[in-house]
Amino acid sequence: MTFFLFFALVGIGLFTLGLYAVIVHPHLLRKILAVNVMGSGVFLLLVALAKRSDSVDPVPHAMVITGIVVAISATALAVILMLRVKGETGRVKLPETPQE
Amino acid sequence: MSVLIFSIHWQVMVVLLPLAGAIACFLWPRRGVMLALVCALGTTLSVAGLSWLVVVEGAQRYTVGGWGAPLGIDLYVDGLSLLMLIVTSVVGVAISVYANGYFERSRARAFWPLWLFLWGALNALFLSADIFNLYITLELLGLAAVTLVALAKGAQPLSSAMRYLLVTLLGSLLFLLGVALLYHSSGSVDIAILAERLSASPVVWIALGLMVVGLLLKTALFPLHFWLPQAHASAPAPVSALLSALVVKASFYILIRLWLEIFPPNNFVLGQLLGLLGAAALLWGNLQALRQTRLKMLIAYSTVAQLGYLFLAFPLANIIGWTGALYMLLSHAIAKAAMFMAAGNILRFGGHDSIADLDRIVQRLPLTVTTFALAGVSIMGLPPSGGFVAKWLLLEAAIRSAQWWWGVVLVLGGLLSAVWIFKVVGYAFTPSPVPHEVRAVPASMEWSALALALTAIALGLFSSWPLALMMVGLPFGEGGGS
Repeated sequence: MTFFLFFALVGIGLFTLGLYAVIVHPHLLRKILAVNVMGSGVFLLLVALAKRSDSVDPVPHAMVITGIVVAISATALAVILMLRVKGETGRVKLPETPQE
Repeated sequence: MSVLIFSIHWQVMVVLLPLAGAIACFLWPRRGVMLALVCALGTTLSVAGLSWLVVVEGAQRYTVGGWGAPLGIDLYVDGLSLLMLIVTSVVGVAISVYANGYFERSRARAFWPLWLFLWGALNALFLSADIFNLYITLELLGLAAVTLVALAKGAQPLSSAMRYLLVTLLGSLLFLLGVALLYHSSGSVDIAILAERLSASPVVWIALGLMVVGLLLKTALFPLHFWLPQAHASAPAPVSALLSALVVKASFYILIRLWLEIFPPNNFVLGQLLGLLGAAALLWGNLQALRQTRLKMLIAYSTVAQLGYLFLAFPLANIIGWTGALYMLLSHAIAKAAMFMAAGNILRFGGHDSIADLDRIVQRLPLTVTTFALAGVSIMGLPPSGGFVAKWLLLEAAIRSAQWWWGVVLVLGGLLSAVWIFKVVGYAFTPSPVPHEVRAVPASMEWSALALALTAIALGLFSSWPLALMMVGLPFGEGGGS
């Protein structure tokens, strides 16, 4: 049991790490990667928690597969947008919001 | 005839039609407009059929493919979700007509499939009966919405779309982490089963906390609203209308659904906190709206403010409060869509949306200024509009639950929004020092906006019907009623 708990804790650690990075790093590619790390953290947690008793629960695995599809589409869209932002502004950063 | 109505699974049609239409529009872009309009009509008719079914037979649960709750997907419709479907259709049809005049050929090719995807995602979200499905539909909705914002040309809309994408992904992931923890502690993602099994343990509170923060980020409740004004203001006008009217409401719908069904009952502190944030949003959003010089930016800040009203129901926590918030949601969705469409007409007409240079626009675009004023009446909450009924209900709820101070916030918010609406209308009558080149505005754009504004007023005159519809299937719990 503790073995799976370890993986669950690693998952939460990855999520927190990604959350920190997405807030701190201004570079867009780093932000996109950080969001992906957060997603992987959640998937790891789901898979680790699937081992509840002796048998393995298949439902979280189905969720992770669906989640991976969503993550890939979102990442593709994010990368395209990032390239377009670079094409328009020449920078791979978001402009500071004028705090009006 | 009635046999036909009861034998079709309208729940499935409502989700399937827009999705199929989106793919068709993508494959045959030349026929895009026709396909999209047929699809809009078909979806609206399906929603009408579903309404009939629900009114006659009560709340419905449908298991897709006959798989059933633990593994399969369930579609559940009661008064609350039906009302959301109806308002989506009303705004959706008007926006489809409007967008037909608004977009030139090249951008229309991208707009129609994306808009139908967005519509399908919204309908699926309102029908979802389990929290994992809600996560999937939230992501679909977010991706479609971000891409629609990026349809506008230039660096600024692209940056806002990028920021919007990061925010919406962050919100979804927080929600998904909550889903994972809830699944672990209860062994199910079905909302009805969760409601039975969940007890107030620390894990459940952490999970619900994560989900609430994720949803608040997507609903743009103050102080998590930082991404909204830029994204809503820089999108093309029909997209701004969609985002402000429907997309932010979808995450609010999930919040209200979870709060009513699976939250443990002793959540007084959280309710008060949400109410306080709502009140802050109301004041901050309206004050910022007053300071704006561009019309679309002003309307976007007013969305921040109006979202605050919706959260005033959480500290009140009685049936009248919930119906008031839901009525506010309906009338704001319709009025705000009309207002953004009017702003789009003004932008098209003069080529700018600077408020100080509106230049006697009341004589040249009388229908559009009428639309703006009528939508303004509903947003201020003057009788006889939908906004008035909503504020009346919220006020009554505040007095009944002996928390009169929320009533003061309500009245103050109405006064502040009156100030900026009269400011805009005032400039519409005054000539500007610099004359501008003007461009004709298609009649379909003016009339569709006006039709929505008139609907917002009609919501105040015929309020008994939507209020009765809300109660089908008792989404707000037993007892009470007004």
